[in-house]
Amino acid sequence: MKIDSITNGIVIDHITAGKAMQIYHMLNLDALDCSVALLRNVPSEKMGKKDIIKIDEEIDINLDVLGYINPNITVDIIKNGVVAEKKHLALPKELHNILKCKNPRCITTTEQDIQHIFRLSPSAGVYRCIYCDTKAAD
Amino acid sequence: MKHLIDILDLSAEEIDELIAVANDIMENPQYYQEKCRYKKLATLFFEPSTRTRLSFEAAMLELGGSVLGFSEAASSSAAKGESVSDTIAVVGGYADIIAMRHPKEGAPLVAAMKSSVPIINAGDGGHNHPTQTLTDLLTIKREKGYFDGLTIGFCGDLKFGRTVHSLIAAMSRYANIRYVLISPEELKVPSYVKADHIKSKHIPYTQTTSIDSVIEELDVLYMTRVQRERFFNEEDYLRLKDSYILTLDKLKNAKEDLCILHPLPRVNEIATAVDDDPRACYFKQARYGKYIRMALILKMLEVC
Ligand SMILES: [Zn+2]
Repeated sequence: MKIDSITNGIVIDHITAGKAMQIYHMLNLDALDCSVALLRNVPSEKMGKKDIIKIDEEIDINLDVLGYINPNITVDIIKNGVVAEKKHLALPKELHNILKCKNPRCITTTEQDIQHIFRLSPSAGVYRCIYCDTKAAD
Repeated sequence: MKHLIDILDLSAEEIDELIAVANDIMENPQYYQEKCRYKKLATLFFEPSTRTRLSFEAAMLELGGSVLGFSEAASSSAAKGESVSDTIAVVGGYADIIAMRHPKEGAPLVAAMKSSVPIINAGDGGHNHPTQTLTDLLTIKREKGYFDGLTIGFCGDLKFGRTVHSLIAAMSRYANIRYVLISPEELKVPSYVKADHIKSKHIPYTQTTSIDSVIEELDVLYMTRVQRERFFNEEDYLRLKDSYILTLDKLKNAKEDLCILHPLPRVNEIATAVDDDPRACYFKQARYGKYIRMALILKMLEVC
């Protein structure tokens, strides 16, 4: 895989330097068979340094994960060597099964088959567990 | 209203309506005594709280309904590892409405997501206890006659006291409210509670460590317990504990029509000598708890 030129795939760009590994895990990219390139500390005019992830296959990715980490991340879908689509990110209103609650007194720590849901609280711009209201930990 | 999990599930109008029904029940109890005939309330108490459970059961019995349930996890299927969802799926087939208490925060919400019948949160750990807040609101309304314009003092453990946080959330919806927050440095109201319910609504408040300097300003005084286990060291606890005990002496400069509340049980934070003062409303408050629960059951069963 030549990391500069993907024919069909996805480029996740403008990732805050150092965050690529977290995204790699949260998107379960380690489960993919195709080539995945993870570029760290790439010089950037706008950001100084940034991370980039390139995936050599067009897969469904959970945009809520990226929006949660940073809505300024860009996602380009590459087809036949050109950018076919740019996905727009936003801070998601709810996160489903992306984070787990860290509060040991929360029902999510004991109940089986439960959806882990965090909701954006509008006043403070933070995510809280819908069950116990505990803030999402970074 | 399908379920009551958090006090803010109710609008201020719905709360006014519940208070009106509770007042009417107190005036015309005979009108309500058959309203829930053939209806069943299940009290599912995964952790014991005799006071709250009896209040719910008395409420349902006075409406002519019947009650079933359990009073601790050891006597329930939860002891065998059954999930909240499964317990609710089964009990929903036996009861028309469920009051649930659970040591885990958020358990009643899990129940509400699964339940075909209305769920009332009767306390989930240190998190929510909306029927206590409804009780507090009914007491304030009956004793003061109105909510708008009240200066409400909260005294004691304002950090961990869930009843304090919920009452602040509920009272902040009324006009011209003012708060006086009286606590040791270590037990101040958490900043997120202030951000969400006080500062965002531009409600004036003062924070102080001394009740003496502010007692004369208060219309309502909500007392809570300062617990030994909340302090890092014994010295701090011993140094502070007496400053947050309400005595007749501390009430010298208080208003004639001050309304003193406490969610009970009390340990020593209100001297027993205060009990005979007409401003002590906490035993009445406990009695009102049954009537607001009656109003709530009627509304949730839509038989009102
Ligand atoms: Zn939680």
